[in-house]
Order: sequence, then C-alpha cells, then structure tokens
Amino acid sequence: MGGDYLSLSRLITHVESDGPQVQELMGRVFPLTGRARLIGVTGPPGAGKSTLVDAMTAGYRAAGLTVGILAFDPSSPFTGGAVLGDRLRMQRWATDPGVFIRSLATRGHLGGLSPAARGVARLLDAAGFDVVLIETVGAGQSEIEIMDLAHTVVLVLAPGAGDDIQAQKAGILEIADVLAVNKADLAGAAMLAGQLESVLDLAPSRPPWRPPVLQVVARENRGVDRVLDTCADHLSWLCAEGRLHARSVRRIEDEVAGLVGRIAAASLVKEAREAGRWGPLIQDVVQKRTEPRAAALLLWERLRPQHGGGTDIAPGDDGSCGEGSR
Amino acid sequence: MTRPIRVLVAKPGLDGHDRGAKVVARAYRDAGMEVVYTGLHQTPEQVVQAALQEDVDVVALSILSGAHNTLVPRITGLLRSAGLDDVCVLVGGIIPRADEGRLADAGVDAIFGPGSSLDSIVSTTRRCVRKPLS
Repeated sequence: MGGDYLSLSRLITHVESDGPQVQELMGRVFPLTGRARLIGVTGPPGAGKSTLVDAMTAGYRAAGLTVGILAFDPSSPFTGGAVLGDRLRMQRWATDPGVFIRSLATRGHLGGLSPAARGVARLLDAAGFDVVLIETVGAGQSEIEIMDLAHTVVLVLAPGAGDDIQAQKAGILEIADVLAVNKADLAGAAMLAGQLESVLDLAPSRPPWRPPVLQVVARENRGVDRVLDTCADHLSWLCAEGRLHARSVRRIEDEVAGLVGRIAAASLVKEAREAGRWGPLIQDVVQKRTEPRAAALLLWERLRPQHGGGTDIAPGDDGSCGEGSR
Repeated sequence: MTRPIRVLVAKPGLDGHDRGAKVVARAYRDAGMEVVYTGLHQTPEQVVQAALQEDVDVVALSILSGAHNTLVPRITGLLRSAGLDDVCVLVGGIIPRADEGRLADAGVDAIFGPGSSLDSIVSTTRRCVRKPLS
C-alpha cells in the first residue's frame, strides 16, 4: 500500500461526491481490484458490530495483514447530516500504518450502505489492503445490500434485544454466512444460539454452506479468532468448485444492468425535458389521462425510432458514414 | 451537487467531560454536516490521523482541562506536517483570554468559550471551510 493515506482519503471523498473524474478514476482502479477479502459485518444497533470489527482487526494485524475499514452510519432524512460514531470504538488503530478507517454516511440511501459503497470498497481493494471490513448501519430486516458487496457476511446479534423472536424472521438471517452471538457473557446467549441453530435446521439459507453459530465476547476479545477462522473457511469454500466465479459473474450482471437502467432513465428524462415534452407528459398523468407506467413507455417509444434508423433522422446526417466510419 | 461538510469532533488529552462535545456534534448533524466523533482521550497523533483518513474539512477540539497550550500547538503542527493545511481548526472549552493569541498563532481559526451559542458555532464552522464542496 505504501501508506499514502492522504491521497486515498481524498480519492474516497471524490468517489463519494460522484465528481466529474470519477468515471475515469474507476476505469483505472477497477482492473486492480480482486485481491482483497471483503467481509461485511451487519446486525441490529447495539449488537456490537464496531467492537467486533475492532477485535477482528486486532486478529488480522497480529497475522500481519493490512486492513481497510468502511463504517456506515445513517444520515438524517431531514437535515442530511450524520453522526459517524463507529470510529470511536476502533480508534486504537488510528496510528497503525497498516489500518485505514473511513466513516461514511448513507446519504439518503437505503439498504445499509451508501451509493458510493461499492466504489469506495474497490478503492481500498485496489490500494492493496489484504482485508476490507465493511460495517453496515444498524440493520433491521431490509439492510441487506452488503450481501452483494462482500465475500462473507457476519451477522452480529446480542441476547436480550428480542432477538429470540427476531431470529425467526428469515430476512436478515438469510444473508449471513457467519452468525456471531456477541455479549455471550450475558444471560440468554446460549438460548439465542440454540434458537438460531433451530431456525437453520428448518430452513437452510444458501445450501450447502450452513452458517456456523459462534458465541463471542468482542469487548474481551473472546471467540474472535473463531470468527476469523470461520470467515477464512467460508472464503475457501467459495473458491472451491468455482462458486466465487459464478457469483462474481451474477453480481457483475446485476451491476451493469442496474447502471444501464439508471443511465438510460436519466438520459430519456433529460431529452424529454429539453424537448419540452416532459411537462405535458407529467400533466397528462396528474390529470389521469395517462397512467404512470404508460407515460414512461411513451418516453421509451419516442427514443426507439432513432436507434432503429427510422424517419426521425434528418437527411444529411448519413454524411458521416461516407467517410468510412462504419 | 455540493457535498456535506465533514467535521471531526475530538477530545484530546485526559479531559473526560464530553457532554459539550456531544451536544456540538448533534448540532452539526442537525445543520446537515457529517460528524466523525472520536470520543475521549485522543492523542494528538490519533486526532491528526483521523482527520487525514476521514478527509475532514474541520477539526473541532473540545478541551476543558487547561491543557490547550500543550495539546493544540502539537495538533496544529502535526496537521501541517501531514499536509492538512486546508483544514480549519476550532477549539471549544475553557480557554483563558490571555491564551487566545497564542492559539491563533498556532493556527486555530476560532475559539468558543462556555456559553457560546450553537448557532454561532455552526455558522462560524461553515464560514471556516476552505476546501471546495463541489
């Protein structure tokens, strides 16, 4: 990595702001990605995610690995501001040159991360960190975006938070590759662990990997080595039989398709606005003369003839073809 | 599209009274800023590394212990060596008037004593930002 954290830090800001050179930057960064292990840490607020990330970092550092950490906290939907308080629990690493910590706000995004999360994770990967730990916001049932970003997802739960009932709700459990019952020194930990095992017995989430249920006291660094070992086991399992490759292909497909959708949408709307068609179209929908989806399809239909070489192209535009460009 | 202002709120040294820092952090959030709160007992080195990694626009130090004459110049010196000259430095807490000049010389942009209004803290912070927001 070389330790030029100042440049890395500024690049992250740039990617977060989606500035003008981001496209070019990511073009240079992307080919350098693929070496880092990406581990997501998620779970309800107060379960001990940051404390576990801090303890996992200690384990990785002891093994001589460099660690990049992204910690997400929610932005206020009213003010847009955020208190980013995860770093608080990891500050002992501030002066370790082998650890880089960045706190990010969700900036209006749902899903547990932020719109720039993937880009920033790629920056850390390309920068050469061995492990990238990604801590999501305190998750409920629907902050599952980490599933598409990390190799391994660790779900952190703590006893006494109603998790015994929460454990029955499959959503968040389904994304976990490792289940860590933190604060295992508290009453109810063993019972929670047992309940999780029962849920897993009933409905194996992503067979054939059955998420191990571990008991941990992150604050005292107890059981953390087993979390690290289990993450390593999971990665080995992924790498075997081409599973990681198959998954990467699916993720790339989803990402590119999603981007195509967003770019096309923005382009269609922009064109309609510039041609003065947007206002009347919206007015039609407001007056219930047109249904919203039909309105959207109308925009699309207007675009298609241009690509089909139809009559909308004015004579003379074909001139460029004469220079042998096609 | 402008990005939010990023502020580091830190309590360097042994001072354990963090209510003020937390209230200010909350005020910054209510004003639409992203606040990295590093908590108590930060060494100058920890403060500066956090400021660097988090690419903050402002470092807001809370010091009620009287140790400002030692801690603040050390922090501003480290910020300069780390290439963070464009970061604004604010100090809040118990700072005798007699020490204000010395802190300004050390690179502090504004000082807030007890009774400073949150509005004045927020507006001074906004004006202090030197890095581009868009």
